[in-house]
Amino acid sequence: MNAVGLYFRYVGVSFRSQMQYRWSTILSTLGVFITLALEFAAIWGLFHRFGTLRGWTLAEVALLYGIVTVGFAMAEGVARGFDMFGNMVRMGDFDRLLLRPRPLALQVAGQELGMHRAGRAIQGAMVLGWAWTSLHLGWQWQLLGLLGLAILGTACLFYGIYILQATYCFWSIQSLEVFSVVTYGASETAQFPMSIYRPWFRRFFTFVMPLAAVTYYPALPLLGRSDGTLRTPTWFGWVSPLIGVAFLLASLWVWRFGVRHYRSTGS
Amino acid sequence: MRPYLAILSARFRMLLQYRSAAAAGFVTQLFWGLIRMMIFQAFMENSISPPLDSRQILGYIWLTQAFLLLAMVQGDGEIQAMIRTGNIGYELLRPVDLQCLWLSRKIATRLAPTLLRCVPLIGFAALMGWLDWPGLASALAGVAALAGAVLLSSCVCMLMDISMFWTVSGAGMNRLIGAITVFFSGQLIPLPLLPDAWQTTLAILPFRGLADAPFRLLLGQIPASHVVGVVAHQLIWAGLLSLLIRGLMARSLRRVVIQGG
Amino acid sequence: MSAIVVKNLVKTFKVAQRTAGTLGAFAGLFHRRHCTVTALDGISFTIQPGELIGYIGPNGAGKSTTIKILSGILLPDSGQVEVLGLTPWKNRINTVRQLGVVFGQRTQLWWDLPVIESFDLLKDIYNVPPGDYRQRLDELVTLLDLKEFLDVPVRQLSLGQRMRCDIAAALLHGPRILYLDEPTIGLDAVSMLAVRDFIRQLNRQRKLTVILTTHDMDDIEALCQRVLVIHQGHVLSDGSLDELRARFGRERRLIVDLQDEDGVVQDPQATVVRREGRRVTLAFDPAQVPPAALVARVTAAHQVRDLFVENPPIDEIIARIYRSAT
Repeated sequence: MNAVGLYFRYVGVSFRSQMQYRWSTILSTLGVFITLALEFAAIWGLFHRFGTLRGWTLAEVALLYGIVTVGFAMAEGVARGFDMFGNMVRMGDFDRLLLRPRPLALQVAGQELGMHRAGRAIQGAMVLGWAWTSLHLGWQWQLLGLLGLAILGTACLFYGIYILQATYCFWSIQSLEVFSVVTYGASETAQFPMSIYRPWFRRFFTFVMPLAAVTYYPALPLLGRSDGTLRTPTWFGWVSPLIGVAFLLASLWVWRFGVRHYRSTGS
Repeated sequence: MRPYLAILSARFRMLLQYRSAAAAGFVTQLFWGLIRMMIFQAFMENSISPPLDSRQILGYIWLTQAFLLLAMVQGDGEIQAMIRTGNIGYELLRPVDLQCLWLSRKIATRLAPTLLRCVPLIGFAALMGWLDWPGLASALAGVAALAGAVLLSSCVCMLMDISMFWTVSGAGMNRLIGAITVFFSGQLIPLPLLPDAWQTTLAILPFRGLADAPFRLLLGQIPASHVVGVVAHQLIWAGLLSLLIRGLMARSLRRVVIQGG
Repeated sequence: MSAIVVKNLVKTFKVAQRTAGTLGAFAGLFHRRHCTVTALDGISFTIQPGELIGYIGPNGAGKSTTIKILSGILLPDSGQVEVLGLTPWKNRINTVRQLGVVFGQRTQLWWDLPVIESFDLLKDIYNVPPGDYRQRLDELVTLLDLKEFLDVPVRQLSLGQRMRCDIAAALLHGPRILYLDEPTIGLDAVSMLAVRDFIRQLNRQRKLTVILTTHDMDDIEALCQRVLVIHQGHVLSDGSLDELRARFGRERRLIVDLQDEDGVVQDPQATVVRREGRRVTLAFDPAQVPPAALVARVTAAHQVRDLFVENPPIDEIIARIYRSAT
């Protein structure tokens, strides 16, 4: 069986494991959905009170919200193995993976499925659907393609962050709460146009963690807007989501470095 | 009274040991506060006069960050595990009232980390000029309301714990209660910013006593003289929830004992 | 070709010394003080195909570090290792295809799923051809008597059942070398005997090379032709159980049950090591006094109900080896 086939075998096994706790999974999914629905209600409340956000309407912000939420949910759902990796190293279960004749990243990725994260994906997709129709973007295949690319880039970017978080566990057993800033914090940040943030903050989420490249810049051509301050050319938004893919590949490279470190310093 | 106080102080000392977690928490809270500050400031550029002025909204955001752990409702892993496994039966052997025991435990788990986190955050926000010092009357009124908030949030948490008696897994139920609390207590946006038509309902619901009301008292946006009303609202709800919890616990514990727990 | 060749294997690792407190933890991100621990200090041995070898040592002696290097999990500091002709850490994937590993304390099965699903997934992980898999599975199910609980979720199995399944799981891909780490720990008497029987059978009939690490000396006595004792990263002794006895425990025990409740046994060439009611245990060196002569003297001097000669328990010998090293 090839790597892709094996990955889906892992996913299937994980799915069946979780189905043993069916009600718990369903309730958790519902819980996630309602949490996020209320979070969006708060954004709606702000628009209801203040009207617009630096010229952006609720529907435009909802498009950003949808892209980052769906992308993040995709990464979160399938990166659970990396998210829980600290435990795996601490319990010695990672050695078991090293005893199997398969690539390690593949095995970690297949460990566990975050099923209840579907609640996030569903809520994000609903907001995205509402935004798309209220903006009358219709069935333009280039735009839908760009939307797909942006979501893919976002998912890759967040997946890369999870991999980096896991890699950090090779050096320290203390988990870093700071990583929640770059996952949950980033997903919150990207719900609003980058232009509202202070310059240093924008720079961090453009150059250090290229969040803007996968959400904000591709959203600009979708909305027929241009960035007021950075004056990036319109075509940039069409290719910038690929930076998310590059980030993922770079994270995998760092991961391999971490594994080498683990194997030469462990006991 | 002695055993409850003992639990309270033991819990306190235990949590105070986790200083590095507190430091990490400080940085995280700061970051979240900054994001929210920038978002609200961008909204406030619109020339509309909201029920709270921009200084008050800014202060509100930082109070939310400082008292996050106090208002955040969360199930207690140990108690929930005890209920799931049926070991709860052994707890009944102790010569103390279970509800009071759990309540003191909850108050302690709320108080210790909150004190650890709120001091540096408030200090930092004040230093940066994001938070104004309250007048004496507002400060006293605010502290009284915060004490009421501790009691009220402990009751909501207990409700989450005993929901474990009924649902297959409390995880989903807890998430649900948590989400509702966060929104309706005004931790996402100050309640007066929500549509005017909702305000009566929001004022009746128990949740505003957890965050919105104490914060606005501290900011002086609710006059200090209104503190009696706020605390009375908190106490009435805490009392009602306690009665509910007592009734539910009695019923479910009887079931545990009959089953031979 | 030898199954495993280990030459001058050295492995050290660093232990970070933590500074207490928040500032310390923060400073630790940039600069840490370490002390170096030598887990393996020049270990050498060779294992032939089909050997069943006991690998023993006190906790922290370097047993699991050795196993991890032999299976390609860890890289050594220096030294050479060949497992079936491969250097494990350079060819992790090809090496582990030939290995089966069982950790007694941990299961490799999927906790919430029926046993058979774990087996099927392992088949896909190791790319076992369907025909081979069917055949091996049938064999293992019969030999280990797994039939009744193949469809039971792992979390519902007893420890003995789970261990049998874990051993089967380690053999599904037809490894040529098997590492067993405490395979009988916590098992009831029946399961323990069943597991030992099965290991012996694998080794004798299939010529499987087995390395067994254990603290249970009965396992060693029941199974191992050869015992490798390590301590503080050095090989202390390497040989058969008989050789081990000859070197470290030449003495024999003479156990005498007296007629007389308070009879006193004395002999110039033997020492009394234990006295329980009528039973007296004497230790002697067979090189100095032939057992027959001692028995004759004792029976002549006392009224004896029963008597027998035995070897000292292996635990005592091993404990003596550890002591002699420190």
